[in-house]
Amino acid sequence: MYDQFLFAIEVTLNGLMAGVMYSLVALGFVLIFKASGIFNYAQGVMALFAALTLVGLQDGQIPFAHLINAIFGTSIHHFGWHLPAIVAIAMTAAVMVLLAIIIEKLVLKHLVNQPPIILFMATIGLAYFLEGMGDLMWGADIKKLDVGLPQGISETIDELTFSLFGYGFFIDNLDIVATVIAALLVVSLTLFSQYSKQGRALRAVADDHQAALSVGISLRFIWVLVWSIAGFVALVAGIMWGSKSGVQFSLSLIALKALPVLMLGGFTSIPGAIVGGLIIGVGEKLFEFMIGPMIGGATENWFAYVLALIFLVFRPQGLFGEKIIERV
Amino acid sequence: MNQMNSEGYTTADGRKIGGVLMEMKNITLKFGGVNAITDISFDIREGEIRAIIGPNGAGKSSMLNVISGFYVPQEGEVWFKGYKRGPMKPYEVARLGIARTFQNIALFDGMSVLDNIMTGRLTHMQTGLLAQSIWWGKAEKEETENRAKVEKIIDFLEIQAIRKTPVGRLPYGLKKRVELARALAAEPQLLLLDEPMAGMNVEEKEDMSRFILDVNDEFGTTIALIEHDMGVVMDLSDRVVVMDYGKKIGDGTPDEVRKNQAVIDAYLGVAHD
Repeated sequence: MYDQFLFAIEVTLNGLMAGVMYSLVALGFVLIFKASGIFNYAQGVMALFAALTLVGLQDGQIPFAHLINAIFGTSIHHFGWHLPAIVAIAMTAAVMVLLAIIIEKLVLKHLVNQPPIILFMATIGLAYFLEGMGDLMWGADIKKLDVGLPQGISETIDELTFSLFGYGFFIDNLDIVATVIAALLVVSLTLFSQYSKQGRALRAVADDHQAALSVGISLRFIWVLVWSIAGFVALVAGIMWGSKSGVQFSLSLIALKALPVLMLGGFTSIPGAIVGGLIIGVGEKLFEFMIGPMIGGATENWFAYVLALIFLVFRPQGLFGEKIIERV
Repeated sequence: MNQMNSEGYTTADGRKIGGVLMEMKNITLKFGGVNAITDISFDIREGEIRAIIGPNGAGKSSMLNVISGFYVPQEGEVWFKGYKRGPMKPYEVARLGIARTFQNIALFDGMSVLDNIMTGRLTHMQTGLLAQSIWWGKAEKEETENRAKVEKIIDFLEIQAIRKTPVGRLPYGLKKRVELARALAAEPQLLLLDEPMAGMNVEEKEDMSRFILDVNDEFGTTIALIEHDMGVVMDLSDRVVVMDYGKKIGDGTPDEVRKNQAVIDAYLGVAHD
């Protein structure tokens, strides 16, 4: 029984860590939804695209190499350099900002004042475009992403828990790093949104476009800013997921797990994205561990969605979402 | 009123009015085939309270939207501080020093009264995004200075008690006052008020009138306002433009406008039938 209990704790801890990964993706959704009311279907693909670009730049891969070779009959693949991780990350961040500017110029600018569903569909298009673009630029093979983050079992925690309980917990170092980074990200995003000039402008735009214009806020600048930040969050999520399971195109599917996270936490709340992710992470691991064996396992695939559905019935605005009050 | 010249004039109550701050020249605004405004010219002088009145659908709000950049007129020129203004986005107009309120109130409902008014200071905040994150001290100092200015306006408009309240919870009259506070926080050279007293009871109207006069008196802010309530307009304003069906049918002091036959026919006459 005692063993079972310790094991449950370990499962919970691992669930928390997995939840952090969900939260990282959900965070990107919340940022854009808060500022522009758009549900950005492309957020997951943005994470994939960021990870692909990061690996490509780091390894000196030539973008569009296949296309160039096919057209000109050349055989080029590599620039022949290997960039330090920090340089490659900075360059990828710049690419994500560029992407934000292009999205604003080519898509958002032309859809001002359109109903949210139109914008949502535009982001679906964007998702498929980006996925194809990523394929064309960097190739479809699974890539290894290594930016020097520690990986593997954390020896310290293993030894510490072993000496305390006689049972060593298995915690991945990468998960610990992800947790620390997610915490930093949330703190800095909250500080930014609450206390900086642009943060206040961002909240203003989220609330009322007309009023925002009348106090001198440029909507287009704010949109570029928001999509840049979402692109940066996508990069962080891409790095974490890429380091964990390699950069592959199924990465864009993790975005789907962010949906139940958002339903739980509320579409408009940054803390909600985090708490929602943690609940889903812990919930699905514990459920699989305790109930799974009784009903044949593989509960992780659907547990999150069922939990989200139950939440939709009883608390449609999510845990931290703004309650919608219609004044009559 | 004394004679009008480029140097300005002195009002009946002895206030000195300066030169031309804003001039609208032959403005025409069309929506599809409909003329909302047809060939209207008038000026707004430094320090004065200028009203635009007219029956429903006369084009008053359209005119205010032209001044604040929400509409771009098909014909005519807008001059501000002696310079011709090209077609501008509303946020660019705001940065020029023109603040406004809206007929149907456009506040940030999710934010507190204080935060709402702080957004009015955005045009005065210089520190950029990177500087803010690297040099926190400077940004903090700027925030404190702007905060002090905002607190002054809060005192001035007597809304201390609701500083931390989310705007969405406030009653209509107070929302109007918060919107005025946000516009004032921008320290505008020209303040545009779109029906500041619409939907208010007598007491709230009196308060708002007092605030408008005080703002003009204390900060020397030039004010252009649209209003339905004739009594209020005549009491408040130095000069009045009267519009009907998108055309200007009168322009002058309240007394002059009251005697204008075209105005009586179009507006006052009809109202007293």
